[in-house]
Amino acid sequence: MEKLYPVAIEVNGKPRSAQVPARLSLVDFLREELRLTGTHVGCEHGICGACSVMLDGDPVRSCLMFAVQADGHRITTVEGLTPADGTLSVLQDSFCEAHGLQCGYCTPGMLIASQALLNATPNPSEEQIRDAIGGNLCRCTGYRQIVDAVKLAAGRLAEQK
Amino acid sequence: MADAKSPYGFRYIGAKRRTKEDPRFVTGRGRFVADIALPGMKHVAIVASPHASARIVSIDSKAALAAPGVHYVLTGEEFCRETDSLAIGVDTPKVTRYALAKDVARYAGEWVVAVVADTRALAEDAAELIEVEYETLPHVVDPEIAVNADSHQVHPAHGSNVLFHRRFVWGAVDEAFDKAPNKVKLRVRWGRSSTVPIETFGVAAQWDAGREILDVWASIQMPKFPDQLARALRLPGNAVRVHYDVDVGGSYGVKRGIKHTVLVSYLARKLGMPVRFLEDRLENMRGGDMHGPDRLFDMQAAFDNDGSIRALKIRALDDVGAYAGRSPLQLGKPVSAICGPYRIKAVEYEPTSVMTNKTPQEAVRGFGQAPTNFAIERTIDHIARHLGMDRIELRKKNLLKKEEFPYLIPSGSTYDSGDYHTVLDKAMKAIDYPALVAQRDAARKTGKLAGIGISTCLEPSGGNSAFEPLFNPKNDTTTWMDSCLVRVDLSGSITGIMGTSSSGQGHETLVSTVIGEVLERDPASIRVVRADSLNALPSNSPVGSRMAIMLGGAAAGAARKIKETLIEIAAHNLDCTMETIEYKDGNVTVRGHPDKKMSWDELVAIAHRKYHLMPQGLEPGLQAKFVWEVPTGGVLPTPDGVAQIYPCYSFETHIVYTEIDPATAKPELKRYVCGHDCGVMINPDIVHGMTYGGIAHGIGAALYEKFSYSEDGQLESGTFMDYLLPSALEIPSVDIVDHCTPSPLTTFGQKGSGEAGYLGAPAAIANAINDALAPLNASIETLPMSQDVLWRVISAASAAGTGSR
Amino acid sequence: MKSAAFEYARASSLDEVCDWLRKDGDDAKLIAGGQSLVPMMAMRLTRPARLININEIDALKFITVEKDHARTGACTRQCVIARDGALANAVPLLKQALEWVGHVQTRNRGTVGGSLVHADPAAEMPLVAQILGAQMVLRSHTGTRTVAAAEFFEGPLTTATRADECLEEIRWPRWSEKRMGSAFTEISRRHGDFALVAAAAQIAVDENGSCTRVNFGLAGGGYIPMAFPKLAARLVGSKLEDDIVESVVNDAATEFDPGGDLHASPDYRRQLAAVLTTRMLRAAYENASNCK
Repeated sequence: MEKLYPVAIEVNGKPRSAQVPARLSLVDFLREELRLTGTHVGCEHGICGACSVMLDGDPVRSCLMFAVQADGHRITTVEGLTPADGTLSVLQDSFCEAHGLQCGYCTPGMLIASQALLNATPNPSEEQIRDAIGGNLCRCTGYRQIVDAVKLAAGRLAEQK
Repeated sequence: MADAKSPYGFRYIGAKRRTKEDPRFVTGRGRFVADIALPGMKHVAIVASPHASARIVSIDSKAALAAPGVHYVLTGEEFCRETDSLAIGVDTPKVTRYALAKDVARYAGEWVVAVVADTRALAEDAAELIEVEYETLPHVVDPEIAVNADSHQVHPAHGSNVLFHRRFVWGAVDEAFDKAPNKVKLRVRWGRSSTVPIETFGVAAQWDAGREILDVWASIQMPKFPDQLARALRLPGNAVRVHYDVDVGGSYGVKRGIKHTVLVSYLARKLGMPVRFLEDRLENMRGGDMHGPDRLFDMQAAFDNDGSIRALKIRALDDVGAYAGRSPLQLGKPVSAICGPYRIKAVEYEPTSVMTNKTPQEAVRGFGQAPTNFAIERTIDHIARHLGMDRIELRKKNLLKKEEFPYLIPSGSTYDSGDYHTVLDKAMKAIDYPALVAQRDAARKTGKLAGIGISTCLEPSGGNSAFEPLFNPKNDTTTWMDSCLVRVDLSGSITGIMGTSSSGQGHETLVSTVIGEVLERDPASIRVVRADSLNALPSNSPVGSRMAIMLGGAAAGAARKIKETLIEIAAHNLDCTMETIEYKDGNVTVRGHPDKKMSWDELVAIAHRKYHLMPQGLEPGLQAKFVWEVPTGGVLPTPDGVAQIYPCYSFETHIVYTEIDPATAKPELKRYVCGHDCGVMINPDIVHGMTYGGIAHGIGAALYEKFSYSEDGQLESGTFMDYLLPSALEIPSVDIVDHCTPSPLTTFGQKGSGEAGYLGAPAAIANAINDALAPLNASIETLPMSQDVLWRVISAASAAGTGSR
Repeated sequence: MKSAAFEYARASSLDEVCDWLRKDGDDAKLIAGGQSLVPMMAMRLTRPARLININEIDALKFITVEKDHARTGACTRQCVIARDGALANAVPLLKQALEWVGHVQTRNRGTVGGSLVHADPAAEMPLVAQILGAQMVLRSHTGTRTVAAAEFFEGPLTTATRADECLEEIRWPRWSEKRMGSAFTEISRRHGDFALVAAAAQIAVDENGSCTRVNFGLAGGGYIPMAFPKLAARLVGSKLEDDIVESVVNDAATEFDPGGDLHASPDYRRQLAAVLTTRMLRAAYENASNCK
């Protein structure tokens, strides 16, 4: 029997704990153990960015971490970007308005990457947007409508202030 | 947010509208195959052949079977005995194909053993314990060697590596070549790349022994998938239930994991346990059987001094890898647009499909059209260079004029409509072409290599796949239908039911928009669901840029039947003729009698509950199905190879500006405009999105992406570190200029757009790079034009001092 | 693509790490950010029996700028280093190089120490260490020793770190010259990929614009990232006149002697080495000359 290790992680504001094999990746832990299937697996070797989550507020690749490494840390997944009242966040709504997605597979990673950008840089240039999502591959959109969506969200967030 | 108005005068079609699908994806609530967890589900790992060509001498599974959590080890011997070969697109019955190799492995990465265990990790642990003894065999990776009679044969039983070869001659080709004062000839090569969706292929299957039904969830985009699955498993068609309500994480043609599904289904039934297999990226790239065309073209053109092109000769050699499938047919679709958008009256086309010891080829966006467009467009630029003629003038001279449509091309297809000159003019205006030329010339003066590329290309659409009987006389299929069922329930809510899965094309938006348009009801209130394959009406699935045309047409047809029924009920109850009923927003009045009216709710209630108020003979309830055969379908090719294939022809022109740093050979795409005409756009955001994406994919094929093989047949680019999908930092900001020439063949004038962008981008980029190299008197005719290749060409030309700079 | 099974321990102090390494250093692997290690484990290209997580040791996360050098803890994240203004002033080449390292997500997790110990021949951080002559402080149960970059990098994915040692901190020498500039660039296929060739330079000039101190280096396609102090010394006293630069750069490209792979032939890499080195020397010189 493979040895199990305890992990206790705050996921989307809720404490979650489990006993897992050391080799279980963070993304597999989120998807298979916690059934948070919004985070996707694309390459499992750290290139495509589909598995992006926030670790203590910073976007990271959850395929490049073992769940045990996240013990004691705070994770935000795409599910955690949705406001508690069930509406869409400004960024999510902007992705819908600009149709910044097609198949939806890379979308959670794109949202995590761009939300982190907007948190740090409220009024990003196109270059900054492209840099922020430069580690997230999308095969449907050619990125144009994603960039448009992030610009739209930035403008809307500025209006709200 | 208020919807922007439709530019076409429709209520919903063409208006800016949010899609139905996006909200579930931005909240992480998509339902992809990997999200489906069946109770007690087991997992598969694969042992793949490390050799390009080898005899399987023995397989020792003892240690694996004893490993923790392992349930089963399946080898080709059992699997090939208990299932049947997968279908083949051409008439080559000896080229059999199964998910697991038996006796011989024919490419590095081919699946040899499948292991089933409690988790994927345990299955991988056990797979490492399986000892396969191989005896390597000769192999062939070069298609030009493979075509020779004395080459190593990938399938000796077939007697040759050639799967398909034919020489088509349409029109007086030899005469044109004899008479024309000018000829060019060139060889161009399209590199092996693919669509490579971010989601790999996945499938979960479960055998319901009580009902004797196999349930399958798969990330699938494939015509006749349930039928092929049932046949391979030797089950009746009605024992296989494919669930189409699975979101597919990108496909663009390749998500056809039929071998994966037969394997997993067999295991699920055999073991009486739900079984899942999700390709990991390494399996996907090497053994997922999803590589795209790998094609060599020998092009010849005959033309007059004024640039009028008289004839083309095209020889195409396509390396499909180790097995057949549908891949040879990717040489067939280009027959439907073999002369491009040009007035070329004689064409010779000699396609050859050849097998090598490489990963098999699968359908890729455009189904062979993008490589052909690239070859034709390179030829056009060569003609211009030969004549010293402006490339745009040359194109304008040969492009079909608006008034020439419908236009019958020599190979038998009729182009439905188009206004190519206007689209080209619009694109040139959008990019400010004279200023662009000035920018290029100024950049050249500073020592940069700078070039402008133009392409003018067609996207055949609608999915009349008459190339199937053209390439296989034993296949007399002429039916490529699609269907929709529309229901109005007792509450008055509308549901559209489709019978296939989607991979980002927005079919729920399409169906709801079309039904809303016809019934004048808000598409936001219309639900669209997907029947499983046992409940579904027939669909030929989303291939060949067909769904806007075919599913859109089917949904409109069904909605019109509903409207007709409502009017019939109204006329009966308002005591008037159907012709005098006026229908608005689902409510009716009698013309000239505004007081005589009935509401949507009243009409629906009669249909569902008040048989006493129903006209005699009318079916109760409120539902209508519409099954639509593809326009121009139903005709077999002639024996001499003339075939009406696709019904609709979208047009795209790309103008791209590149600068290459001559010292580092690094190209940069600095400007990019695409002029696009796909008729009426049902949802412009969706069409634009697919076009942007197609261009990005085309940039990948032109500059970055290649499944590269070593001489010993090993895939060298099997990870995302070496197979280079372009990111937001490689793809420039593209501008699209729309134009609308409606198709006369479709319900609303729509044409296809699912392959848009990809069909013209590689051609334009290749032309831009070559324009940049022109001052060096150098050229490149091979894709992808990687930096290494560019540097070799630039440094050789500089060393030779052949340039005029 | 799942890692082979392994045992795991999270260290809370460096002493604890050293103790574990003393016991089973040969079978254990340290993990910090894991951005290079985890994919290799996922592909089962490496399979440590035991993984020791040093990433939670606060003592390994620091940045201090001292008179002669800046010190960074082995587990200081790349993003933290890139954001540190004082460090950027003291050792500008670090920040310049980090802009080329991976992507936002990998820099948020990856550590500079991890990058050095991983020692990919095409990686940026080892090149910076070579050019600056960084000192690696290695700790074991027997104490600490300091290894200079020139001795630290032994080959692709191989360093002088012993199985019982853990990298504790990196000392980045500061150049005291007032008029000092540096520059870093690379050519890759895509942005964020490993460099086909990376080049960097650091130069100090006097009031007349003559070089008083120069170093430069190359990485990518080579055996290890290289600095060329002897060739650089030939530029001291010059104002980077074309002929001397050309001569030095050509010698460097020859000495660099890069290999070929799927993405770049040796010849192409040699050309890139010469071109990029020239450009970085000129950029560093300009940055130095612009210092007030």
